[in-house]
Amino acid sequence: MANKPPDRNLAPIAQKLRVRYAKRGRLRFSSHRDFQRALERALRRAGVPMAYSAGFSPHPKISYSNSAPTGVASEAEYVEIGVTRHCDPTKLRDELDAALPEGLDVIEVIEATSRDFSARLEASLWEMEISAPTQEVARAVEALLGSAEVLVERMTKSGKRVFDARSAILLMESVSGSAVTAPAHTQMPPECVILHVVVRHIVPSVRPDDVLTALKQVGTLEPRKPVRVTRLAQGPLSEVSISIEDPFDPDRVLV
Amino acid sequence: MTDQIVEINNSENINARQSRERGTSVFPQLEALLPLISKPIQYVGGELNAVTKPWEQAIVHWALMYPDAYEVGAPNQGVQILYEVLNEQPDVLAERTYSVWPDLEALMREHQVPAFTVDAHRSIADFDLLGLSFSTELGYTNMLTALSLANIPLHAVDRDDHPIVVAGGHAAFNPEPIAQFIDAAVLGDGEEAVLLISNIVKAWINAGRPGGREGVLLELARTGCVYIPQFYDVEYLPDGRIKRVVPNRADVPSRITKFTLMDLDAWPYPKAPLVPLAETVHERMSVEIFRGCTRGCRFCQAGMITRPVRERSITSIAEMVENGLEKTGFEEVGLLSLSSADHSEIGDLARNLADRYEETQTSLSLPSTRVDAFNVDLANELSRNGRRSGLTFAPEGGSERIRRVINKLVSEEDLIRTVTTAYGAGWRNVKLYFMCGLPTETDEDILQIATMAKEVIRAGREVSGRRDIKCTVSIGGFVPKPHTPFQWAAQLDHEATDARLHKLKDAIRNDKEFGKAIGLRYHDGKPGIVEGILSRGDRRVGNIIETVWKNGARFDGWGEYFSFDRWMESAQYALEGTGVDVDWFTTRERDYTEVLPWDHLDSGLDSEWLWEDWQDALAEVAVDDCRWTPCFDCGVCEQMDTEIQVGPTGVTDLPMPIPRVSPVLAQ
Repeated sequence: MANKPPDRNLAPIAQKLRVRYAKRGRLRFSSHRDFQRALERALRRAGVPMAYSAGFSPHPKISYSNSAPTGVASEAEYVEIGVTRHCDPTKLRDELDAALPEGLDVIEVIEATSRDFSARLEASLWEMEISAPTQEVARAVEALLGSAEVLVERMTKSGKRVFDARSAILLMESVSGSAVTAPAHTQMPPECVILHVVVRHIVPSVRPDDVLTALKQVGTLEPRKPVRVTRLAQGPLSEVSISIEDPFDPDRVLV
Repeated sequence: MTDQIVEINNSENINARQSRERGTSVFPQLEALLPLISKPIQYVGGELNAVTKPWEQAIVHWALMYPDAYEVGAPNQGVQILYEVLNEQPDVLAERTYSVWPDLEALMREHQVPAFTVDAHRSIADFDLLGLSFSTELGYTNMLTALSLANIPLHAVDRDDHPIVVAGGHAAFNPEPIAQFIDAAVLGDGEEAVLLISNIVKAWINAGRPGGREGVLLELARTGCVYIPQFYDVEYLPDGRIKRVVPNRADVPSRITKFTLMDLDAWPYPKAPLVPLAETVHERMSVEIFRGCTRGCRFCQAGMITRPVRERSITSIAEMVENGLEKTGFEEVGLLSLSSADHSEIGDLARNLADRYEETQTSLSLPSTRVDAFNVDLANELSRNGRRSGLTFAPEGGSERIRRVINKLVSEEDLIRTVTTAYGAGWRNVKLYFMCGLPTETDEDILQIATMAKEVIRAGREVSGRRDIKCTVSIGGFVPKPHTPFQWAAQLDHEATDARLHKLKDAIRNDKEFGKAIGLRYHDGKPGIVEGILSRGDRRVGNIIETVWKNGARFDGWGEYFSFDRWMESAQYALEGTGVDVDWFTTRERDYTEVLPWDHLDSGLDSEWLWEDWQDALAEVAVDDCRWTPCFDCGVCEQMDTEIQVGPTGVTDLPMPIPRVSPVLAQ
């Protein structure tokens, strides 16, 4: 009897919305699970009419794609939500942003009018602030780009894994100017290099950590401080210009 | 070893503290360490509903510490309430801090990052007051870690312009073991206490700090409700017992009274509960539905020291639930108290709340329930929308006899009726909580737990017609606590505790018919002995705490960090020459004439009544709950010139809130 989940009038999904959000400042130390809990609570606070799954412990219909690792900031994280009544994307953006703690900031909400969103996230642009002399960084970058293969080791859920980090790296260059992540009050230390790196999403994924491991292995790079990393963009890869396009573009065209 | 580290850090960092402007953030230094440690999110703050104020805006600055890991401390109601009450004051600022794990502690020492608050990452040493909430004595070593990381001298008498260290929480009802480390202790409800202290400290600061540190401590002591241990001398008898405790300053009162908040409806805190980003032990919002308990369970310190019963009205509870959900987005609400089903209007409350949240994903729970079929009805009501947490009942004692000793008035019949109702209503697993090591307990009393559990399964199988029903038996070791009728009792030594539990385990495991349906959870008796020293210890125990901390003790409430041997070795070293030892503090029975270390701290209970209740326990005589039967003179109401505050309020139906129109809908 009571072992059957209770009958609920589960309203069907009336609309799907895609959310781009940022993970900034001290909240870059939140894990994916931390964000999930925060988002579910924020959706409730914002009064979003979420669709729920059936069963003993119903879950709101949310799909997460490709979240940045704990400790890494991001300007381009994406989730998709299913709601039971039509929502205004602009209002949803404002309310959800207000309901989330500062540092988890909603950038844009768009109605999903296209399919296969996750497949569109082909590559990421990472920004890395490396506290090391320019020459040292340049040598390491040159050595890495000159290698056909750089094997790195990482602990995964299924144990230690060795894989190539080089082939996924499509672009790596130092840029001038201050980094996105640098707080306004801090001055850029004299010996700090900002790298932009475009990495293709492959399996196993090559994360910013793996890129740094690769740099340390082929060069003699020894950053003086932990490297700050920010994902600036993720989306479809333009193979010609090696740049990232906006994954919301297909949805925008149809609206 | 650790000893040296502490000394070095102290001398070096005094300069560091003075060279920095008070109240500035240490986050830049901390940030560099965060990628190197586990779960950095717990140290960054930024929770929803957290408050940060400009340092200069406040005259009085409080750092509030829960001396355990963030995941345990962040949901703590006491800290959240005081944090809000204080921050509502325009010239008071309060920030929170929790214990750092050893990985971060090591890095902080290496890189000289001081103990910090999670809100604005200010150095603890910059604050005027450091308030510590001790739910349990096992946080004492963590306090020393915090003091040393904050570069605050460990001993109160060595402090100068450092924060005033104030202890509160249930463990503060006997603060003698930490007397040398704290400047002050407060007994009872914190809301009015922190405001009183803030006002005294503010006046003292505004007046140019007359009399220096001692000046403000004297002001606090003279109120008669703030205990300043250094103003009291303890004298001992040749046999090691306490001779007397006397004030060593003029007009410092010889007894200290507790704070009691009478009108809960006037204090609906927390109004904006914190929503941590990190995962914590309670992923829910809590609303306190009453304080105090007069069930009279003789082992229960909480039930004794929080009297009288003060209920929140069901109207106020419903408003707090509604408001809290809106402010937090939590999906579960716990209706908190020492025995939630005892609220005089719990039936109406449960029905109203269940109606209100029936079509939502919000679930309601009663975290503490007593053995009563009515509770199952309540649980059914609250889980109407389908979300079912487990059902827990606490008979506490295995035999009828021992339950009369501890005054837990539950018959075996009650229990079987209750679990039958639960299994019949579709619950599949029922948790039963017991204690081991109770006064007068024998092997037979503990073995009765097995008999009872088998009966529970038998009854459950019968009513449900199923074989897959289960019950989990959890057993905690009994530790005699101050201000209870068992404060005179001998604690059972850990070898005897373990032997008794093994017999119980065998009795359950060897049963072919029911053994597999009964889960058994227990811990060995060793941590209970350490808790026992800390609970009923006197000032001599302070040396044990300092020694064991210097030998590396941290996070004593956590099995992976707790070391019994380290505690015992430290105790032997620290108590040398005192004539007393660990057994003297734990397994020794006290008599009526003995001066107990906490006798000068007034919990409101009449000590003669406590002694009579102890004698009744030994005679296996039970007493009723004074909410429904005449007063039996525990002393609290008389001393406070008050009476229990319970309904009925006459309100049975709560107005349904106006449904909120979702602000995000398309036009």
